[in-house]
Amino acid sequence: MSVSIRHSAATTVRYPIWDPEAETRPRPELEALQLERLRELVSRLATVPFYRDQLTHRDIGPHSLRSPADIRKLPFTTKDDMRRQHPLGLLAVPRKALARIHGSSGTTGKPTFVAYTARDLETWSDLCARFLVSGGLAPEHTAQVAFGYGLFTGGFGLHYGIERVGATVIPAAAGNTRRQIEIMRDLDPEVLICTPSYALTIADTARELGMDPRALPIRIGHFGGEPWTEDMRREIEEQLDIDAYNNYGLSEVIGPGVSGECPARAGMHIQEDHFLVECLDPETLEPVAEGEPGELVITSLTREAMPMLRYRTRDIARLYREPCACGRTTTRMSRVAGRTDDMLIIRGVNVFPSQIEEALLRVEGTTPHYLIEVSRPSTLDEVHVKVEIHPEIFSDRMDRMQALCERISREIHTVAGIRAHVDLVEPRSIERFVGKAKRVLDKRDLTDQAL
Amino acid sequence: MKLQQLSLFLENRPGRLGAPLEAIAAEGINILTLSLADTAQFGILRLIVREWDKAKRVLEEAGWVVNLTEVVAVDLLDRPGGLAQALKILEGANLNIEYMYAFSLRRGDKAILIFRFEDPDRAIQVLLDKGLHVVDGDELMSFVS
Repeated sequence: MSVSIRHSAATTVRYPIWDPEAETRPRPELEALQLERLRELVSRLATVPFYRDQLTHRDIGPHSLRSPADIRKLPFTTKDDMRRQHPLGLLAVPRKALARIHGSSGTTGKPTFVAYTARDLETWSDLCARFLVSGGLAPEHTAQVAFGYGLFTGGFGLHYGIERVGATVIPAAAGNTRRQIEIMRDLDPEVLICTPSYALTIADTARELGMDPRALPIRIGHFGGEPWTEDMRREIEEQLDIDAYNNYGLSEVIGPGVSGECPARAGMHIQEDHFLVECLDPETLEPVAEGEPGELVITSLTREAMPMLRYRTRDIARLYREPCACGRTTTRMSRVAGRTDDMLIIRGVNVFPSQIEEALLRVEGTTPHYLIEVSRPSTLDEVHVKVEIHPEIFSDRMDRMQALCERISREIHTVAGIRAHVDLVEPRSIERFVGKAKRVLDKRDLTDQAL
Repeated sequence: MKLQQLSLFLENRPGRLGAPLEAIAAEGINILTLSLADTAQFGILRLIVREWDKAKRVLEEAGWVVNLTEVVAVDLLDRPGGLAQALKILEGANLNIEYMYAFSLRRGDKAILIFRFEDPDRAIQVLLDKGLHVVDGDELMSFVS
């Protein structure tokens, strides 16, 4: 295990623990709690036809489970299952018991909805409070949230977590970087919440405005929503003179709050009283050895509205179970080092190539030859969708050609929620493949081997 | 009365314009005139050539996407106001010009312009009614040879 830490401060600072009972529980107690909650979960799942059928088929009930490891007897849930249960087929409570509905990208045009009861929202705020506090957020702080507020879980999740801690929240929301900087200068937030790439954009923009980004008031950053590397962390910390903390979550199981770093920065502590996380070989579906990369499979033990049983995240990471210097007893996970599917994360938005294909199918004559090119020319992701021109879509009129590009771009925005540049290219300029076509060229380097 | 114009899609990067021109030159096809519309990312090359069907075939075989459009050639007095007068006629008849470009040669005191109309047939009728001279393909060819 390699741990790279820039700040000597980060190794020596001791922030309080938000919920010491939950976060430092002795392992045997924690595992007993997990088993109890897993059994309750299996009982609750009997109200969801999708789960009930599978459990009945396998003849599994709460008493089939004798240790948390027995979770391996239970069936998996995939993104495809969620799509088949669209929109709310996986609800485990009556519709009227819902307090909020968020959404994430589906593999096609429809979002995947995730529902919360009032108690789920309470739990979620608490989980966000845990990692925020473990990375230095204090009640006297002001935190600026530059995540999108909407169906995306990032904005609201962090927002209520900050409120839970008792700090002041500025819901600046995503975008308009100059305004973000003005707000920072006016209101002096100590904490910034956004994607790591957006933190670098803020630094760039500050320099463009003739300011020293290190002079901005922020001292701590909590970054998530997209993969990043230790190199990026060093860059962000250097450019903004802050401590940068990583956190992880996915809307299918709750949103941000599944795990987050402590000052030791030796991986992200998984909130194991609420999530049972397995690390499996994606081919054999057997557990990998400790510290080896595998696919994270997450069971939400306490979610009421839409519990997830062994959700296959497709995220590749490593798990570390030895005790952490911070005193927490929870298992830690590494940075996400890749995906087992073709999902892309563009400026924090999850995008499946199949969504781009669906958008193109809506514009006659733009398939079959296209290529999605993702790059990060400076700090932010850019997507170019290259579409080969052919007689059906070619016109001698420039206005028609430009209208075609705009239409494709609009459809991509509708389906995938991102702004893509549409590049019309000459016939046969996109490489041909025998068998499955390669549709994505990702030029970013977003994974490293360190934590 | 109408002329056949070839249009080609080209990516806007160095060397892309030369390749199709070389391909038709190799077949001994002479370009009578051309226009290029471009954005930062791509361009549309429009060509008037003598043997348009042969040129189309040559280009398509070489892999270009070629579009065939009917355009109208009009000769106008090459003096101040010559074009303005023609445009006034077209405007009066509510004829929409998609785009236009000038022919590279002059004939005496006349300049030849190429017009791309939404409705070329009606445009020709209007122009003839107003006493303007529409140049057809044969005439154009005889004039350049």
